[in-house]
Amino acid sequence: MMFSIRIDVAHLPGVLDPQGATVERALPALGYTNVTAVSIAKTIRLLVDAASEDAARAQVDEMCGRLLANPVIERYTVEVEELVAS
Amino acid sequence: MSVRVGVVQFPGTNCELDVVWAVERLGADARILWHGDATVHGVDAVVVPGGFAHGDYLRTGAIARFSPVMTAVAEFAASGGPVVGICNGFQVLTEAGLLPGALQKNSGLTFLCEPADLRVETSSSVLTANTTPGTVLRIPINHFEGNYVCDADTLRRLRDEDRVVLRYVRNPNGSLDDIAGIASERGNVVGLMPHPERASDALLGSADGVVLLESLLASAGHAIPR
Repeated sequence: MMFSIRIDVAHLPGVLDPQGATVERALPALGYTNVTAVSIAKTIRLLVDAASEDAARAQVDEMCGRLLANPVIERYTVEVEELVAS
Repeated sequence: MSVRVGVVQFPGTNCELDVVWAVERLGADARILWHGDATVHGVDAVVVPGGFAHGDYLRTGAIARFSPVMTAVAEFAASGGPVVGICNGFQVLTEAGLLPGALQKNSGLTFLCEPADLRVETSSSVLTANTTPGTVLRIPINHFEGNYVCDADTLRRLRDEDRVVLRYVRNPNGSLDDIAGIASERGNVVGLMPHPERASDALLGSADGVVLLESLLASAGHAIPR
C-alpha cells in the first residue's frame, strides 16, 4: 500500500524562531497590525510503501527521530493518506 | 614523531586547508580524512572543520553525521581520542550525539563574521589544557547558526561538570549562558563556534587561537581515561 505523508517540522515552544519574529515585525509595515504568533516551519512530503497505515506511521516516526527533526529544538506532526489507484 | 592530526572533509567543507596549515605550522603532521572513508587512518587527533557539510541541507550537520567517517570518529572519541569540532564541525558533533544540545539561528537573524572575545572557563578539555581559566582570547566567529541551546538539565550538567569551555564576553548570537564552546563528559570531545585556525598568526589579526591548537596537539596521543 502506498501512503502519502506530510511532515511538518516546527520549532519547539520557547526555541527562538528568528524568521517568524522577523516576518511578524514586517507585517505591520504593510498595515497588518493584528497579526501575532507567526512561526515558520518546514514541510516534508514523501511517499511510503508499507503494509499498513500503522506501519507507515511507525516508520515515519523513526525517520523523524533519526534524521528529519532534531528533538532538541524541533517538534513535528505527521499526516498520512493512503493513495488509492484510480 | 610528529602528532598526526586528521581533518575531516565533507562535500561542502571549506576550512579544512586552513586547519591543516595552522596545525602543520605548530609541528603536526596533518592529513585530510575524506567523509566517505570509514576510518580515521590511525591519527592521534581529529578536527571536524567549518564549512557547509552536505550543503547544510535539512539542518546544519544533519546529513554529515551519517557519513561513514563519522562512525570512525565516534569510535575514536569513545576510545578517548581528542576530537574538536569547529563551527560547522560543532554542529555536526551535536547532530551526531557526541556533544549535547543544538545550534540554532543567531538571535539577530544575521550572519556574523567578526572577531569575538572569549573567556576560557576551564582547562579540563583537550582544547584548553594549556590555558589558564579567565584568560580572554580574541578569535573570529563566522556563522549563521551559532546560537547554542539545550534543555535545563543539560545546562545544569554542563555547568556542574565544568564542561563549558569558552564563553563569549559579549554575547553576539543569543547563545544560552553565553556559551561559545563545550566539552564531552571526559573532556576529549570539544565543539566551539569560533575559528582558532583563523587566529593563528599576528598577520591574521590575532594569534590567540594558537594556544588552543597547541593544547589539542599536546593532548593528542594521550587517550583520556574513562
